[in-house]
Amino acid sequence: MAISNFTRRAVVGLIAAAGLAAPAAAEVDFSGKTIEWVIPFSETGGSAKWANFFAPLLSEALPGQPTVVVKFMPGAGSTKGANWFQEQNHDDGTLLFGTSGSTQFPYLLSDPRVRYEYNDWIPVMASGTGGVAYLNAEDGAKFDGSANALKDTNFIYGSQGATRLDLVPLLAWQMLGMNVEPVFGIKGRGDGRLMFERGEANIDYQTSSGYLGGSAPLVESGQAVPMMTWGALDADGNIVRDPTFPDIPTFKEVCEATDGCETTGEAWDAWKAFFVAGFPVQKLAFLPGDTPQEVVDAYTAAFQAVTERGDFADISSKRVGKYPVFSGDGSKAALQTATNVDDNAKAYVLNWLKEAYGVELN
Amino acid sequence: MEVFATAVPALSDAWGLILQPIVLGYLVLGVVMGLAVGVFPGLGGIAGLSLLLPFMFGMDPILGLALMIGMVAVVPTSDTFASVLMGIPGSSASQATVLDGFPMAKKGEAARALSAAFASSLFGGLVGATFLTMFILVARPIVLAFGLPEMLMITILGLSMVAILAGRIPLKGVAAAGLGLMVGTIGEADAGGSLRMATYDIPYLTDGLKLVIVGLGIFAVPEIVSLLRQDRSIAKGASLGAGWLDGVKDWAANIWLSVRCSIIGVVVGVIPGLGGSVVDWIAYGHSVQSTKDKSNFGKGEVRGVIGPESSNNAKEGGGLVPTLLFGIPGSGSMAIFIGAVALLGSGDIEVGPSMLKDNLDITYSIVWLLALANVVGTILCIAASGGIAKLTTIRFTYLAPFLFMLISFAAFQSGQNSEDLLALFVIGLIGIFLRRFDWSRPAFLIGFVLSNPVEKFTNQAFQIASFRFRKSFGEGMEYVFSPIVIVLIVVTVVSVILGIRQAKMIMAEGDVQAGTKRAPLIFLLVIMAYLIVALVNANMIPDYNMTDKIIPLVIGSVSLFCCVILLIQMMRRPEGDVIFADKEIAGEDASAPHGLWSTLAWFASLIAATWVVGFILALIGFLIAFLRIHAGSSWQMTLILTACGIGFMCLMAGALNRDFPPGLLQDMVSLPWPLK
Repeated sequence: MAISNFTRRAVVGLIAAAGLAAPAAAEVDFSGKTIEWVIPFSETGGSAKWANFFAPLLSEALPGQPTVVVKFMPGAGSTKGANWFQEQNHDDGTLLFGTSGSTQFPYLLSDPRVRYEYNDWIPVMASGTGGVAYLNAEDGAKFDGSANALKDTNFIYGSQGATRLDLVPLLAWQMLGMNVEPVFGIKGRGDGRLMFERGEANIDYQTSSGYLGGSAPLVESGQAVPMMTWGALDADGNIVRDPTFPDIPTFKEVCEATDGCETTGEAWDAWKAFFVAGFPVQKLAFLPGDTPQEVVDAYTAAFQAVTERGDFADISSKRVGKYPVFSGDGSKAALQTATNVDDNAKAYVLNWLKEAYGVELN
Repeated sequence: MEVFATAVPALSDAWGLILQPIVLGYLVLGVVMGLAVGVFPGLGGIAGLSLLLPFMFGMDPILGLALMIGMVAVVPTSDTFASVLMGIPGSSASQATVLDGFPMAKKGEAARALSAAFASSLFGGLVGATFLTMFILVARPIVLAFGLPEMLMITILGLSMVAILAGRIPLKGVAAAGLGLMVGTIGEADAGGSLRMATYDIPYLTDGLKLVIVGLGIFAVPEIVSLLRQDRSIAKGASLGAGWLDGVKDWAANIWLSVRCSIIGVVVGVIPGLGGSVVDWIAYGHSVQSTKDKSNFGKGEVRGVIGPESSNNAKEGGGLVPTLLFGIPGSGSMAIFIGAVALLGSGDIEVGPSMLKDNLDITYSIVWLLALANVVGTILCIAASGGIAKLTTIRFTYLAPFLFMLISFAAFQSGQNSEDLLALFVIGLIGIFLRRFDWSRPAFLIGFVLSNPVEKFTNQAFQIASFRFRKSFGEGMEYVFSPIVIVLIVVTVVSVILGIRQAKMIMAEGDVQAGTKRAPLIFLLVIMAYLIVALVNANMIPDYNMTDKIIPLVIGSVSLFCCVILLIQMMRRPEGDVIFADKEIAGEDASAPHGLWSTLAWFASLIAATWVVGFILALIGFLIAFLRIHAGSSWQMTLILTACGIGFMCLMAGALNRDFPPGLLQDMVSLPWPLK
């Protein structure tokens, strides 16, 4: 049953891909080749999941249906792999590189290990995600759309590190005047959720897919209360409700309702800048900087074909979330938003990291 | 009771799913692939599963599960080959097996050790599955009862096994474990990101050393070098004694030990965050404590094989609980497994809390596919063990170059860095000297393995406890001294006391003769120098990052204190005292025809050549030179063996889509794949 489903889907996909990729296929042909999609993380992380999801679809959509294999090059929080990719040149178009928010943040914060330059690379695909913060039942009862009643509670949060994506929730809670103490050193958001479930932590956040899989059941059973999402960006760059969670208010709404939290000024600008860099454009796929245009076009067409498959919305929502996938010019624009943080925002965050957590990045 | 009412139909549905010829076919296929990958030390399930991933997209769920589980299940079974036959710990699951398995192989009892190990593995897997069938229904609250203080105590229980493995001079064992812990802290701290004994200029060190490299360096390299120096076969006299049937009989005679260790395996495996790193040591400790005549441990006691092997397959079953119920992988291969499950079918199976409610039949299928894969894998392994055991009768000079090839490749796979080979050599050197001067190598390895959990759980538990204490004293005490913690403290104290009493009888390195003062003293001073540098280095971390410095400071100070006492003892005691144990004075190493440094130079040459021309070219040169010059084979033989070695290497790496370490040559010119 499931096999025949798959076959049918594959055939539909192939037809769609053939139709869309036809113009590019005239120039570039990957028949018999193997494309290596290098991920600077281990086999076990979210980026691996992301690449493994796209790899077979990309393989069907590229001219000549090459084999696409995902390779892993973990190390130094992804900076090792990114530094390596910086040294790579175009060979025959069979090298693709994927990054995530964890590669973007060290770059934005001028981590001393960063020897790569995003602007040297050619983006061919970008995709985003959202995030949801939630409270335990006891403190959740005090939450009324504003954080006013939460300011006297001491919160514990299992964190992967203040310079990672956790910067976004930690700064948000601080802006709301909440007293959140991070317990550092956990290995993934799943461990953070477990700490929450054991009652050791009383506040947590998950990216959208993690929330849907593991935390939504806690909310259903009354053990957790959703607090806010980070929101999503509309076409004009405004923060609006996350389409995956239309019923949960955004941090912006909660901030507006909370005494002392401002949605203007340098703290807000800094938070927004890092949110934009970390969530709406979280994962990007790149080709080396000197790749010829026809190869770039072939990849762009292929990713476009993938996102335009009839069943894409269906299969992707379960695996990578209901968020837009950009290709071509869309991914270039996405890269711009993801890797440009103005100097004031950067200075604010660096100073905050130093004062709140004693972290100095040089 | 309500849950059990839904469980029975789900269980029969699960068997209905499993017992289809095509499902069993996929399972066997997975098992065979798993065995092929598992005999390769250091690769394990992660490489195998990654290889299967592209095929999982849209595959019928039960077929995909059968294939993947077949592969994952047999890795802890098949890596026993490397542990027993070559003394190479294939993965963290088989570290303790090396302690008695390899000495048995040296006595010519490889087949017996293997089949005892496999019978235990099989039994452990089945006990694990049976236990899980019940337990998984009530597991959630129990798993949640294990908070940070509980996990810290289990880690300390694992660490307390050092007492039993410390050797004749307990202080040396404690210092060795302390050194292991300190080596484990090298790199970027988890909590605050401070660097310990590392610099951003050497990015390799910031990630810390990998377990595979330390395991190979501490156990495999010293044994390979020692055997190569003696120029004999692994099995003394090149004869095989007891056969595979004896091993099965040994297991049957110790069935209750096997039962207890299986339960230990499942229970510890269930706790997320600990993984397999402590299970086999706790099982080994239990085996020692529950054995009347302890004099054979470390020299080839079959109970020392049965215990850990019973626990490590049961642990795989236990590890399914956090993986399936919480979506939190217990190990690297489980993490890929979770990712792969999402690709299966129409993507409806989502690991997490819903596995019990909506997919109980699938959950049970996974549990029993795992058990069934164990059965199939074990039968294949036992069938093969008699033949494979013959490897131990080959003159070691012919095996050694291929072992150097294998461990170099395995080390490189752990991090894909050229520095991996260098690290392997340096750790190997430390291993050689720990062995020579009778410092407990298992204690060092336990320290290294548990370094990260000890530090992480201590810091996190301390932080949350102080938070609770601030709320109220009662709440803090309740958190820190939960009933589970108290039980674990009692167990730990008892095992330390028993351990210290028994440690003197367990001589993992055999009865090492003592000699002059000079060499052991120099080694002690070198260790002290390292500890002092590490202490100074840790002390330089600013105080606001206290979480990053406190553990290295405390552990380093305790280890240094032990070393100072040892130093005083060494100055006061006469030459020939047991404290000056030195393998180069008397025994196999001392009478070996080849010297240490000239033998080690062969391995060094392989690494140096790799640095220049890349792994495969270096390997061709190394194999030819070694076989021709050191082994003295004919040209024909040399070329045939070299071709076999290179062919095998390329076949495995090609099938698994792995690269080889590149050298300077590869930086300058672009070469086709195997040479790349």
